[in-house]
Amino acid sequence: MNNELLNELTFFVLAIFVGIEVISKVPTILHTPLMSGTNAIHGIILVGAIVIAAGASSPVNIVIGLVAVILATTNVVGGFVVTDRMLEMFKGRQASKTPESK
Amino acid sequence: MNIAITLAYLVAAVLFILGLRQLSSPKGARNGNFTAAAGMVIALLATLPLLNFTTAGVTIILIGVVIGAVVGVVGARRVKMTAIPQMVALFNGVGGGAAALVAVAELLQFGEHPAFTVAFPSVFSIVIGSVSFAGSMIAFAKLQELMTGTPITYPGQQLVNGLLAAAILGFVIAVLAIASVPFSFISLMVLALILGVAFVLPIGGADMPVVISLLNAFTGLAVAASGFTLNNFALIVAGTLVGASGSLLTKLMSDAMGRSLANVLFGAFGQVRAGAAAVAGQEGRSVRSASAEDLGTLLAYSRRVIIVPGYGLAVAQAQHAVRELAELLEKRGVEVSYAIHPVAGRMPGHMNVLLAEANVPYEQLKEMDEINDEFKNADVVLIVGANDVVNPAARTSPGSPIFGMPILNADQAKNIVFMKRSMRPGFAGIDNELMYDPKTMMFFGDAKESLTKLVNAVKAA
Repeated sequence: MNNELLNELTFFVLAIFVGIEVISKVPTILHTPLMSGTNAIHGIILVGAIVIAAGASSPVNIVIGLVAVILATTNVVGGFVVTDRMLEMFKGRQASKTPESK
Repeated sequence: MNIAITLAYLVAAVLFILGLRQLSSPKGARNGNFTAAAGMVIALLATLPLLNFTTAGVTIILIGVVIGAVVGVVGARRVKMTAIPQMVALFNGVGGGAAALVAVAELLQFGEHPAFTVAFPSVFSIVIGSVSFAGSMIAFAKLQELMTGTPITYPGQQLVNGLLAAAILGFVIAVLAIASVPFSFISLMVLALILGVAFVLPIGGADMPVVISLLNAFTGLAVAASGFTLNNFALIVAGTLVGASGSLLTKLMSDAMGRSLANVLFGAFGQVRAGAAAVAGQEGRSVRSASAEDLGTLLAYSRRVIIVPGYGLAVAQAQHAVRELAELLEKRGVEVSYAIHPVAGRMPGHMNVLLAEANVPYEQLKEMDEINDEFKNADVVLIVGANDVVNPAARTSPGSPIFGMPILNADQAKNIVFMKRSMRPGFAGIDNELMYDPKTMMFFGDAKESLTKLVNAVKAA
């Protein structure tokens, strides 16, 4: 087992704990936006898609690369935009709440 | 790996973690989304200098990003608030598909005999990514009502699904041991796609949020696996964060429905039919239906009214009509509040979003625990397009698929007004005893039209 793989495994295991810890207190009303937000974050696969597409030269690689980039971009962009749309509603509600609670 | 790039990835990872934390509290949620998006931009920009682009590579990346961005923005902007769950499913599915394709491309580069440390994560990513892709598409089709939302089951289904999983496992071992590129990858992908479809088919539409959340976690893991293949720190950390938080979120969601995850995923087998048959045996009971005028008078002269909104309200786009009715009643001195079940609508939190959109005051939205003791003091409970969340079967009939789910105590109110399009059972596909309760009055029709009729009736009362 080489050093790089060992490092990667370390990140992997630590990220599991962080991922669980960081959202453990989420209220029910935020379940859907949070799911949508995490959904956007795994759009990081776009980085991978760009890496494999960048050096593409054979027809097979070009097709795979193109499809991967399209799918991954849709994931990232759509994911963040749709999450923002959901949270926009919450913000409106928070704003209307503040003046009344004063 | 270049130091600058590694540092940039580290910043991105920190931003993802901070973003997730902000996303889990109502105050900072929207900023959290921006924080995570900033992390994404940094990770993407940091990746570019590292690469040796071919002409074809640059072209397909530009074309791909433009197409993906247009589809993403238009899809996310145009989608109706009621259809957001299936949109999330769709965005999740394409992410899973991308993860699988990245792994395929990387494996092809390594030729006939990739090292185990490359082959193993790649194969994992291909299988999980494909399952997530196909499963998400079925979840989308079910929620979009392109296909039936009721569980699709047939005899021996579990055996078939088990065999599918076993075949995939066999293939994985074959790929890892023999690595006969590319034939076995394609077969593996096809099998995993079939498994994704087969896995989601027997799960009812009402449980789709939990399934989408699970598939979301799957995609995260597939992305992390692709990260191992590419030796990319950003993919590993971000993918794992999503895999872990997504798994916990899936558990929290099934907890909110009072069910175990296993029950959600495999509970449909046999139970629904038994439940439906038992109810069918009690046919011939009558329900009481009421006119708009009767109900208008009843509402106008009540002291306390609790509104239970459900998915039917969302479908009919009746959130503005319901607010109008509530405001009218309040002007007459009626105390109005909304009882929001944790899974009202189609996803936890969905109903809050819809009502907030219609400017319903935040103070009137009460969570289940907060309001459940107040139903007995309510003169009227107005159930608008909800069904399963007030179904007493969740308390009383152990054979029911929703047994054990915490429900709103609507049955304790003095009068129950059930607004529904028809006698059709709810999303979980089971009949609702509450409709036959002597205190219950049915008011059939489209939620929006019915509410408008009630508004006029209250004005006249």
